[in-house]
Amino acid sequence: MNWEAIIFWALATMVIAPALAIVFSKNIVHMAFWLLATLVGVAGLYLLMGADFLGMTQIFVYVGGISVLLLFGIMLTNNEPVYLRKLVKRPKLLPALTVGALVFFVMLRALVSTEWAQNPVEPEATAPALGMYLLSEFILPFEIVSVVLLVVLIGAAFIARRDGTGDPK
Amino acid sequence: MPNQFTFVRDILDLGGDSFWGFVAAIAVWAAPITGFVSLIGLVAVWLERKISAHIQCRLGPMEVGPHGLLQTLADGIKLLGKEDLVPDKADRVLFALAPMIVFAATYVSFAVLPFSQDGVIVDLNIGIFFIAAVGSLEAIGVVMAGWSSNNKWSLFGAIRAATQVVSYEVPLGLTLLAGVVCAGTMSLNEMTMAQEGWIWSWFIFRNPFMWAVFLIYFTASLAECQRAPFDLPEAESELVSGFHTEYSGMRFAVFFLAEYGKMYVVSALGVVMFFGGWYSGIPMLDNIGGLPGNLIGAGIMVTKSMILVCVQMWIRWTLPRIRLDQVMDICLKYLLPLALGLLMLVALWQGILPGEKRFGIVMIVAMIFAFLKMRTMVRNVMSKSSQQIELPVFKV
Repeated sequence: MNWEAIIFWALATMVIAPALAIVFSKNIVHMAFWLLATLVGVAGLYLLMGADFLGMTQIFVYVGGISVLLLFGIMLTNNEPVYLRKLVKRPKLLPALTVGALVFFVMLRALVSTEWAQNPVEPEATAPALGMYLLSEFILPFEIVSVVLLVVLIGAAFIARRDGTGDPK
Repeated sequence: MPNQFTFVRDILDLGGDSFWGFVAAIAVWAAPITGFVSLIGLVAVWLERKISAHIQCRLGPMEVGPHGLLQTLADGIKLLGKEDLVPDKADRVLFALAPMIVFAATYVSFAVLPFSQDGVIVDLNIGIFFIAAVGSLEAIGVVMAGWSSNNKWSLFGAIRAATQVVSYEVPLGLTLLAGVVCAGTMSLNEMTMAQEGWIWSWFIFRNPFMWAVFLIYFTASLAECQRAPFDLPEAESELVSGFHTEYSGMRFAVFFLAEYGKMYVVSALGVVMFFGGWYSGIPMLDNIGGLPGNLIGAGIMVTKSMILVCVQMWIRWTLPRIRLDQVMDICLKYLLPLALGLLMLVALWQGILPGEKRFGIVMIVAMIFAFLKMRTMVRNVMSKSSQQIELPVFKV
């Protein structure tokens, strides 16, 4: 076993074990921290595959930004233990299992049908290529996404106003 | 076989393909960095106490070593010997983990910080982005510390830290982008090499808008480090000592070390981005090359960075702390639009006059003139508004 395989399995464990811990943990703040470990593990997998920019973006956006906001929200709520068996109630069980199984099969299908590259290519800098693509071939989706995000930002600010009518006090 | 792990490719050349060689290589590189971070912490804490003392007309530590130079070492030994206290109702695992995460977030940045032309551990092609990304991890550790202490002051401090760090990342990221626009690369080594030559080829002089970008960068980095006037997360007069209220002994020392390490990291990044990194600004001195050239470069780099660290301390002991709403106002209403506008202007200049270095001469002359003008103005105001105060003189 070479060092790459060892690192891969270590990272895979780092992604899956915390994911399970999120499900079975009783403490909601612990869940948030476990989620963080999963996200770091995913970033590590990206880096292992040579996607350096993507991996760092994962850390920058998800671990450094979104997780902090998540924790921020959770810490201000009450801190009661969350029990899995209370969350999973009998009438909800069937639809939940159906949707879960469906997602699982879709992903399994994608996993099996994809032709995985067997011969790894020498990694190169991905950031310049990404930049070129975003401003040439994929400029339209890129612009649409940015406009959608702007709309979301304005909408969130509007809803978060105290009176909700939108006129400044 | 080709290795895919871009980050440690350079390190791997040292250890070969075996796993243990890889581990050994990491250990070999980690040792000097650990030493350097500790040394920076040691010197910076001493400097902070001296600077604060002299600003307040005191002497500061004087007893241990010449001018108290070994005081921090003595304090470190004291902290090592202290009892390791964990609050009764604290979350023990997270409580222990938090200082480690905060320190690791700072420590990792040193892997890509260049000291001289060849004195960089990994010349990452996304170096500047890497530092910004791992720097944002610090907030996680702070939040973890604040929550796990089970103390409301700690939690307040942590929440303040989270708000502040997440908000200031936006203008900070935009200023980093301005540097990237000037250099055309995200690698810190190449960014420095783009500023080779006489002193006016440094980005802060070469581009007429970069000095303003630097001011925004510096302000935002103060907030990132949670230094005064942005030290709300540990506001002593309000929150006991914020997120590390419950920490004592070595765990507290690790937080402290991380803070000073982070100050060095942001200063070094500022030096690379605006002040020509390891270049002295005199081509004859920079072209020496070889080991002596690298040593001179490292000396210049560390000196420039420490000067910026001292400016951070100077600001901390000069300005009062601002309120939380003012912190947010400064970030979202002033720094963010300014940074956006400046980014456009910087890009425009870069697009019209790429590689034009001689404009820097004009900027340097203008800056010296502005400085002298400002000095006379301040002196006039001072002499009119208040009578001269006799400062006490210490005899050592």
